[in-house]
Amino acid sequence: MKPKQRAAYWRANLKVLAGCMLVWFTCSFGLGILLVDQLNQITIAGFPLGFWFAQQGSIYIFVALIFFYAWKMNQLDQKYDVHED
Amino acid sequence: MELQTLTYLVVGASFALYIGIAIWSRATTTGDFYIAGKGVSPVANGMATAADWMSAASFISMAGLIAFLGYDGSVYLMGWTGGYVLLALFLAPYLRKFGKFTVPEFIAERYYSKTARIVAVICLIFVSFTYVAGQMRGVGIVFSRFLEVDVTVGLIIGMAVVFVYAVLGGMKGITYTQVAQYCVLIFAYTVPAIFIALQITNNPIPQIAFGADIADTGTGLLEKLNDIVTSLGFNQYTSGTKSKIDVFCITLALMVGTAGLPHVIVRFFTVPKVRDARRSAGFALLFITILYTTAPAVGAMARYNLLNTVQPGAIGAVEGNLEYSARPEWMKTWQQTGLLSFTDKNGDGRIQYYDDSNAEFAARASAYGWEGNELSVDNDIMVLANPEIANLPDWVIALVAAGGIAAALSTAAGLLLVISAAVSHDLVKGIFMPGISEKRELLAGRIAAAFAILIAGYLGFDPPGWVAQVVAFAFGLAAASLFPAILLGIFYKRANKEGAIAGMLTGLLFTYGYIEFFKGLFLKWAGAPWGENVAANWLFGISPEGIGVIGMLLNFAVAISVSKLTSPPPEHIQHLVEDIRVPRAA
Repeated sequence: MKPKQRAAYWRANLKVLAGCMLVWFTCSFGLGILLVDQLNQITIAGFPLGFWFAQQGSIYIFVALIFFYAWKMNQLDQKYDVHED
Repeated sequence: MELQTLTYLVVGASFALYIGIAIWSRATTTGDFYIAGKGVSPVANGMATAADWMSAASFISMAGLIAFLGYDGSVYLMGWTGGYVLLALFLAPYLRKFGKFTVPEFIAERYYSKTARIVAVICLIFVSFTYVAGQMRGVGIVFSRFLEVDVTVGLIIGMAVVFVYAVLGGMKGITYTQVAQYCVLIFAYTVPAIFIALQITNNPIPQIAFGADIADTGTGLLEKLNDIVTSLGFNQYTSGTKSKIDVFCITLALMVGTAGLPHVIVRFFTVPKVRDARRSAGFALLFITILYTTAPAVGAMARYNLLNTVQPGAIGAVEGNLEYSARPEWMKTWQQTGLLSFTDKNGDGRIQYYDDSNAEFAARASAYGWEGNELSVDNDIMVLANPEIANLPDWVIALVAAGGIAAALSTAAGLLLVISAAVSHDLVKGIFMPGISEKRELLAGRIAAAFAILIAGYLGFDPPGWVAQVVAFAFGLAAASLFPAILLGIFYKRANKEGAIAGMLTGLLFTYGYIEFFKGLFLKWAGAPWGENVAANWLFGISPEGIGVIGMLLNFAVAISVSKLTSPPPEHIQHLVEDIRVPRAA
């Protein structure tokens, strides 16, 4: 693998990371903590929305996020031909 | 059948299962002993990671904590799950690519330094023992209540079982035992939750029942709960009392701490490929989520049940409160353990339960003839007593006992294994006797595991605090010491040994010092705590539970500046970093 291609793979990886971290931060620290009081004014299915994000919603998003990351990285591995076997 | 006989049967059968699995999958090589021969499938590894990581604190204490904290309890929910995102994205695939046995081994090679290895071992042992003390305490609580044996006897039984499967089976034995333990604990946790959700809301899914209407009324559970708790002077359930900065820091400290826990990280060394490490983290969190989204529902329903039991009638009316002589059976049994207690302050033979630290409400209460809160309930009993509170059949109660023990033992075993690996692989082979044969290294690992169990047992017998609190400190320490060193090792090529060592020491000492200052963790004999643990005294308003974040920032700052001021790492280390970053190096 050429250094140039290696660097491109790493840059693409960091970009995926940055996107995932943005979602991670927004749904937990953003919606569950910083904006919780504003969101609690809205009630959906019996839950004040901010409270729901803090105690349920952010956790579901975390799970989806890791599976998305694993899928996206597999694609990158294939594209840059660094996948195992 | 008697409850106690039934409990003995269920717990005994689960122990037989764990030991049977350990004998079937025992370790014969150091590769088996440390990383299960790298042959674990991502789904099995996900289950094992979930059991390894969901401890006595998650199973026994967490729902109870949330029940009393309400919104503030979210720090544990988001913190302990969000960390898996960090783990999956920043550590697991790269450490799997590195492909060795332990976390200190990575640090030693990446920072080309025996000193760094020793510092990492110290951090690891410190974190693991703080954490294991909480587990052994959990084992003691479960045994003393359900098997009605002395806490010490309970601890010795638990130690003996862990000894057999951790020492004999190593990582390979532990992995498959933990898969079984996961099944036991998740079944034990969700079954009572489903029953209780049905009873309260007619909806069997706790995650939905949590927001649903209370059966035969048009009022939502959370709305009703908010009403009751505020009318008894407590804080609103769905909004918190902690400051925003504190909630923010505790959550972040728990997240980073989760990602830095050595017994969790090492689980990702056991899968065959980098790709498996990424997916496995997803499965681990998926299996954890089943419990972690049930827990807040259990917490809210337990709080509702408790308040309804104690205050069945109108607040202020004499007959509004539960008569002491008419208290239900579960109150009597838990009173014997001392985890629930009652003092009739106004001598009316009834139980008053309200927030007497709320001055405004206390004034109103004294007009009713109440003279203070008369009931005290330990967090730890909320999950364990829940089936009894809801009058569930005895086999459910027996199952919960087995689940609590499974949660505690699986975590204790994982911790004991990283401690023994740190001693045999990092200290004995890595530092003192590099020429040691594989057979003798395996023996050293087993002896170290045996010693670690004895120390863990002692810590469980005389624990430094209550379960979840101690565990929270272990997270702060992991966040401030190990996580930054590993992260910089992968993402910052310029990081060198001087920086890493200085950073780890700064993070560890600062965080430990802050906690000791306010909480007096180990130095009780020296007069700690020195400062009163109140918000006014805290640095930037951050409590000792959240201070790991500042420790982590200090670690990063020191590691980066020291690295820049000293010479860059040698050529072959820069190649090592390049190599770790790519799944298949060409």
